[in-house]
Amino acid sequence: MAKVLMKGNEAIGEAAIRAGCLNYFAYPITPQSEVAEYLVRRMPEVGGVFLQGESEVAVGYMIFGAAGAGERVFTTSSSPGISLMSEAISYIAAAQCPAVFVNIMRGGPGLGGILPSQADYLQATKGIGHGDCRLLVMAPASVQEAVEMVMKAFPLAEKYRNPVMILGDGLIGQMMEPVEFPDDLKTEPTNKDAWATNGMDHRKGITRNLVKSLFLDPVQLNDNNLALKAKYDRMRAEEVMSESYHIDCDYQGLIVSYGTMSRVCRTAIDMLAAEGIDVGMVRPQTVFPFPEKAVAEAAMKPSCTHVLSIEMSMGQMIEDVERSVKGRVPVSWYGKCGGDIPTPEEVIDVVKQRIA
Amino acid sequence: MQSEIMFAGFGGQGILLIGKVLAHAAMEEGYEVAWVPSYGPEMRGGTAYCTVVISDRPIGSPIIKNPLHLVAMNGPSLQKFAPTVKKGGIIFINSSLIAFGSNRDDVDELQVPVVDIAKDLGSVKAANIVALSAFVSRSGIVPMETLKTCIKEEFSKKPKLIPLNMAAVAAGEKAARK
Repeated sequence: MAKVLMKGNEAIGEAAIRAGCLNYFAYPITPQSEVAEYLVRRMPEVGGVFLQGESEVAVGYMIFGAAGAGERVFTTSSSPGISLMSEAISYIAAAQCPAVFVNIMRGGPGLGGILPSQADYLQATKGIGHGDCRLLVMAPASVQEAVEMVMKAFPLAEKYRNPVMILGDGLIGQMMEPVEFPDDLKTEPTNKDAWATNGMDHRKGITRNLVKSLFLDPVQLNDNNLALKAKYDRMRAEEVMSESYHIDCDYQGLIVSYGTMSRVCRTAIDMLAAEGIDVGMVRPQTVFPFPEKAVAEAAMKPSCTHVLSIEMSMGQMIEDVERSVKGRVPVSWYGKCGGDIPTPEEVIDVVKQRIA
Repeated sequence: MQSEIMFAGFGGQGILLIGKVLAHAAMEEGYEVAWVPSYGPEMRGGTAYCTVVISDRPIGSPIIKNPLHLVAMNGPSLQKFAPTVKKGGIIFINSSLIAFGSNRDDVDELQVPVVDIAKDLGSVKAANIVALSAFVSRSGIVPMETLKTCIKEEFSKKPKLIPLNMAAVAAGEKAARK
């Protein structure tokens, strides 16, 4: 298929349809409202459903309902909206239902602002809801990557019977780039008869399915948590994705950065290389599970004297970077939050101060 | 090789659209492109701007503080962004609405009264296409034929507007040649 020029938000909507998801429930919020604007027109064309909830709290439970019934379903929102959905996300994880959540992050805390940010990193990777729940979280750095991650998210959510989150910053949603929708990422929804509340008519005689998150018996609740933990461990073993840049040289320092911020860093790395200063980069594509091994290996290169975690937040991912590096190389943070994305020149200044 | 073009003016002048058309044309020519809008909390009637990045390799930072070229459709935009343009770039000025220059002697300044030209063609709404055409013609950033194809595609749902916009392309091209 030929490339088309699309806004990130619209491409995310189209990618979900191409991935066979025909259920979209949402509540508008900048900077991702174009997803709903696109799908309100597009869903009826493909026989799908778009329903606007009365709030993000309602949307979270609409997702739970559809997921529990075995339907492919997704929603999109931005930071404060995701906070409102977090209770439902915990329930969905506890009940082991697949669903896809897209967070196009804006600045926070509180209502914050509407410009790009990465300040929901800790929420997405460690604190998305109460209880021992985790999401598989993928962070795109381009519109094309957002499309591919959305298309992969549905089969992954079904593989793990767990919610998957796409964590993009506002720029990924607002920017237009050429995209294609790879046919090989199209998938069929899996058979969910073993657990979904999808009716008894086509499976008479089998015990009824029950979707629930309440386990009053402590042994049962512990067993459920062990089952969830086993899935999160399996994600750590099987789903880690990262990309390296400029690491085939004796670099003096290493940058760890993701999303839009990693693109700014890539430009800075090219400019630094032209000046004779080599800096490598590891870009996490999954932030949970975090690419601990790739970061540790890159940081341990003998020439590397410093690791920089560069984020559009006040130092959140650095906790995972430090955990990966385990104190073997100094780690420090640089970032801005609020929508003013650091420029390549600012990154270069920081590199020169701390590394070169 | 990478070029960055900033389009800036009032909301309603069709700024975002001409940026999109240029990005589309560059994509058709096989370039990597990124179109980045301003989506801050702007006032009604306030400034609207977008940046188009065109490159022959994957685009790193899509956020550009110093564009190579500027297409300024109103005075405040020219004042704000003219000092940021890289040396050797083009500064396009909508001289129907801007009575002053860029005050730069290290750029190629192109003044075209696009609103007056569009009025003569029959609709002031085509002023943005006159500006885009003049800029593309002067910069040679994409072939004029590709630009025309993309403008036709942009207006494919309103085919009545295509002849007007093709006339706007011709007028812009002519104005840039002077």
